[in-house]
Amino acid sequence: MDVSNTYMLDDAIVTTKMDAVINWGREASLWPFVFGTACCAIEFMATAASRYDISRFGAEVLRFSPRHADLLVVAGTVSYKQAPILKQIYDQMPEPKWVIAVGACASTGGFYDNYTTLQGIDEIVPVDVYVAGCPPRPEAIIDAVLDIQRQLKREPKFEVRNTDFKGKLDDV
Amino acid sequence: MTSKEMITIESDLLLETLSEAKEQGYVLLLDITAIDNLHKSHPPMTRFELVYVLRHENFKDVCTYKVPVPDPKIGVHTVTSIYASADFAEREVYDQYGIYFQKHPMLKRVLNHNEFVGHPLRKDYEITKGQYCTVSQDMMDEMTPLLKAKNLDPDKDGLMIVNLGPSHPASHGTIRTMVALDGEKIVAAASEIGYLHRGFEKSCENHNYNQIIPYTDRLNYCSALMNNIAFAKTAEDMLGVTLPDRGIFIRIIVAELSRVIDHLVCLAAGLLDMGGQTNYWYLFNPRNNAYDFLSKLTGARLTNSYMRIGGMAHDLYEGWESDLEDVLQKIDLGITESLKMISNNRIYNDRIQNISPVSAKEALDFGFTGPNLRASGVAYDLRFSDPYYYYDTFDFNMVVGSVGDTYDRMMVRFEEMNESMKIIKQAMKRIPDGEINVPDKRIILPNKECVYGGIEGMMNQFKLVIDGVKVPKGEHYGAFEAANGELGFYIVSEGEGTPYKVKVRAPSFYHIAAYPKIIENYQVADAIMTLGSMNIIAGEMDR
Repeated sequence: MDVSNTYMLDDAIVTTKMDAVINWGREASLWPFVFGTACCAIEFMATAASRYDISRFGAEVLRFSPRHADLLVVAGTVSYKQAPILKQIYDQMPEPKWVIAVGACASTGGFYDNYTTLQGIDEIVPVDVYVAGCPPRPEAIIDAVLDIQRQLKREPKFEVRNTDFKGKLDDV
Repeated sequence: MTSKEMITIESDLLLETLSEAKEQGYVLLLDITAIDNLHKSHPPMTRFELVYVLRHENFKDVCTYKVPVPDPKIGVHTVTSIYASADFAEREVYDQYGIYFQKHPMLKRVLNHNEFVGHPLRKDYEITKGQYCTVSQDMMDEMTPLLKAKNLDPDKDGLMIVNLGPSHPASHGTIRTMVALDGEKIVAAASEIGYLHRGFEKSCENHNYNQIIPYTDRLNYCSALMNNIAFAKTAEDMLGVTLPDRGIFIRIIVAELSRVIDHLVCLAAGLLDMGGQTNYWYLFNPRNNAYDFLSKLTGARLTNSYMRIGGMAHDLYEGWESDLEDVLQKIDLGITESLKMISNNRIYNDRIQNISPVSAKEALDFGFTGPNLRASGVAYDLRFSDPYYYYDTFDFNMVVGSVGDTYDRMMVRFEEMNESMKIIKQAMKRIPDGEINVPDKRIILPNKECVYGGIEGMMNQFKLVIDGVKVPKGEHYGAFEAANGELGFYIVSEGEGTPYKVKVRAPSFYHIAAYPKIIENYQVADAIMTLGSMNIIAGEMDR
């Protein structure tokens, strides 16, 4: 049932599943950590500014401590030099956590097919949503947040996600 | 464009020659780079040559010294004793080409990571050969000598050593500054860059001139169009062509608009760091309006790729004047509203006045250019000292500060936006009709009717797309007054469609080199404001 209308709850008793309630709460309160490195970060600024206003989707509480955040937004090129830092930040985030790769560079390395650029952050950390574009428009970034919201509705309870992921920098 | 001299000197005479040059007034060391002659069709005697680019204090004359390096392991003597800006520049050459600089105070890698093996800009280094970095360096090799020079000991003096960045909301991208703190006061600092090194220069050596335009977008991504223009203009200078007047005026209009939106994002972010969030909305929202105009014109909001060698993708669209006027009005409103809140605000003024001042002499020594140099009271602007594109016929002022502190650096940008808007308004009135591209089939693609309608046009298109624009053999340093300062491209051509070498003289690279020195003896909170006011853009700094 739709529990967003609190008026309906006045005298009612609602029976539901624990997962559904928790994920309903999570859905509208994603706290992003913006790992902004390059051009895409400027488009993320536009997403957070008043015209596109990411707070309409409950994701405006930008956290700059990974320990407060549950959504890692990697906006920009990640170089090999940057990779261990990205990994460290990902590891510091508490479970459950989700990752968006914003733009061509974070998704695949983009047109920087060269000696310095990591060919996609999924070599280091597991990615839930990839956003195309160089840089993507703010609408595309918002769409990715909505996509995460749709995904997390189906998450089971408090399970640690992506336990079978093995990145290139794990155990080195 | 500039009166130029290219002088070849022996490596033993480098130090004397440059000290003499400085005495003769060449006060600004613009850039140091190297050329690897391995793949040249007629290679000179030595494999490596160093290039030193200097600018005279009349800010018009540029002098280039070329130094053959017989043995890269022995290298040449450092010039850090003459120019402070040589510090990072020499480190970069060492990192990218493996040329040693004797007696350099801290010769280590600057762009590539500490576990990197080899030197990527050498011609025998394969472009796609990436190397994983497993652990970031701890930077104590830089911090310990700094503390030792000040007779400080972290344990005895109770200092705390903290990293600001590389992932920090106020680090504006990916800059790492390690600071030693006595309470809140910074007693020593060292910066590490290169986290956004994306191999621009190596990519240039593997793409033809028009394919490089999208890469230039992503240098200073806050004013992408200006980088397009600066690169295209340098290549055009080498080709010896000039755009028709309408093309030039379009370039002036979009370049000045880019300068405005670059300053807008710098000030918006700087004031946000300070806690002035409302200013962020006031200044960033008009930038969104400018994006609308630019996406209507070029198809992209941020990375426009509008320019081509010898012109631009297409003409202005119908009704652009009213759209642009609307944008200018909104920008003007944003600036006015923002200034209303800060210009007489004691929190704003007291917090940033007399913070990290840089004197005129120091600023030149550090290799500052652009608003940061003008804030220190040096009246250097390429649009005045060496005007290109009819800039001498426009009525606008140069904005110059007096103290060179954080306040000046921010306020110079505020005023420059007004001056740029003045230029745009005049250019809108004066823009003539006519062609926008150079009428030369060797440079500009034929129109689609010719391509689909005849063999000649089709071959013309094919040759240009496959081979690229053939730039005559030679070496050229082209400079452009970009939003952050002098943006230079040093292009070496072998007469082919792909440049042999491209070096970017990025203003932010020299600004960040000075940053750890100027934040000393100020508090952490001041350092954040100083970084914001210098507008370091990681894309052009790390390239």
